Amino acid sequence: MNIEVAPRAAAEPAPTHARGRLAVPSVPADKPRPAADAAPKVVIKDLHFYYRAFEAVKGINLALHDKRVTAFIGPSGCGKSTVLRCLNRIYELYPEQRATGEVLIDGENILDAGQDLNLLRARVGMVFQKPTPFPMSIYDNIAFGVRLYEKLSPQDLDARVEEALRRAALWDEVKDKLKQNGLSLSGGQQQRLCIARAIAVKPEVLLLDEPASALDPLSTQRIEELIAELKTDYCIVIVTHNMQQAARSSDYTAFMYLGELVEFDETEALFTHPKMRQTEDYITGRFG
Amino acid sequence: MTLYGRRRLTNAVILALSFVATAMGLLVLFLILGTLLVHGVPALGTALFTQITPPPGGRGGLANAIYGSVVMTVVATLAGTPVGVLTGTYLAEFGRGSAIASVVRFINDILLSAPSIVIGLFVYEVMVVPMGHFSAWAGAVSLAIIVVPVVVRTTENMLLLVPAGLREAATALGAPRWKVIVAVIYRAALQGMLTGVMLAVARIAGETAPLLFTALNNQFFSPNMNAPMANLPVVIFQFAMSPYADWQLLAWAGALLITVAILVLNVLARWIASRSIATQ
Repeated sequence: MNIEVAPRAAAEPAPTHARGRLAVPSVPADKPRPAADAAPKVVIKDLHFYYRAFEAVKGINLALHDKRVTAFIGPSGCGKSTVLRCLNRIYELYPEQRATGEVLIDGENILDAGQDLNLLRARVGMVFQKPTPFPMSIYDNIAFGVRLYEKLSPQDLDARVEEALRRAALWDEVKDKLKQNGLSLSGGQQQRLCIARAIAVKPEVLLLDEPASALDPLSTQRIEELIAELKTDYCIVIVTHNMQQAARSSDYTAFMYLGELVEFDETEALFTHPKMRQTEDYITGRFG
Repeated sequence: MTLYGRRRLTNAVILALSFVATAMGLLVLFLILGTLLVHGVPALGTALFTQITPPPGGRGGLANAIYGSVVMTVVATLAGTPVGVLTGTYLAEFGRGSAIASVVRFINDILLSAPSIVIGLFVYEVMVVPMGHFSAWAGAVSLAIIVVPVVVRTTENMLLLVPAGLREAATALGAPRWKVIVAVIYRAALQGMLTGVMLAVARIAGETAPLLFTALNNQFFSPNMNAPMANLPVVIFQFAMSPYADWQLLAWAGALLITVAILVLNVLARWIASRSIATQ
């Protein structure tokens, strides 16, 4: 599992002028906007986040649409991963971290004290930057989450595992070795295993925290194809350092800087006609 | 002398000193092993494992002492391991940064380095005196008290080595905390935890002092846990101090047996530990 350093540097494009605006296929300004989406799946209102006394997220407001991909971009430490970690309250594992404000999923504030965190996390799946296969068989990796909340017959469970692996484009590579340890897979396969594990429990929202940053270009491409396919069913939120990836795979993009939401727009609009100077500087590689 | 020459000289001197220190340590180890082999091997034979400790001048073996050592070690390990694993789990998973955990950790460290004779005397006070007689139960309890801090320490260390990402990933699927720990974290740390248990077994297998005050010894074969029970360390102690040549010979054989058993356990523990690193 020591694949984090070198490939990650390779996966991130060098900060040259070539990326950013020029690298993105330009879209005519008068191109009709897509029809307004239905009611948003997730609404974030005045979200603040604190690591002890340090305020990492300074009151952001945002709506995430169902069956769409929303990308968070911004320089390291801008708070984009932190926002993601609020949506399933995974930060609760660490007592020194807390969030205030509201995060409404289908109108229900999940930051409420009375929320059942385990049920929430079953509804909001998450894939992390580093592949984290459990030390068990490939089959059990997928079945682990399913068994938590559903009592399926062995046949149904088999079918669910196969479906998840197929959707994650991993089935053909592992169908003959489902009993093998998940740790025996390559880095890219491990990450697709983690995505399969997340979608096997049929969440409503899927959070991807730099899912391809530790992967080589080929694996990255497969993950992006996967995102495109999965968005037909899920509300997907992706955090990425890679602006081309954001431009390629998302419908909406949020640009964050120093804990604040600088700009939020449809991806095409944000990358071709950024309204804020900071956004333009960032996507053209002048800082960040 | 040039700067480079001086560095080379320093290097040579330090290397030589390290080599001598290592050689001295190994020399002692091999002297002990060699002496044990020279004196112990002639006493080996089937009688050693089939016959009980003889009176002076008689023929016999160490069957009752081997049985007693195995039984008390197994009981102590079975009793001490769950306590140690659960405490280590508390320290690593629930008590991070809490004041109680710091106190528990500190006390555990004291227990870890407590002289085993003190533990023997403690069990003598709380079990042997009230019961009115020595017993294998008391022996097993005193050994269990030695097992606990070893297992606590290794369990905590091994759980802390499990990457936080694994914990987050299992939690993010909606798994309750106990499930995360039992189904994922323990599995990831299993080999390291097993190593800790085996080291604890190796430690208690050779303990003499706590048994001297608790299980005492027994000339006869006695499977009764509620009565004094023979065991290798105390038999070695008694036989080695005796003036009888045949008893001394048996003591050598017993010492060889214990040493080989502990050596095997340690090698096994290291092998398991190295395999766990290889699979990660």
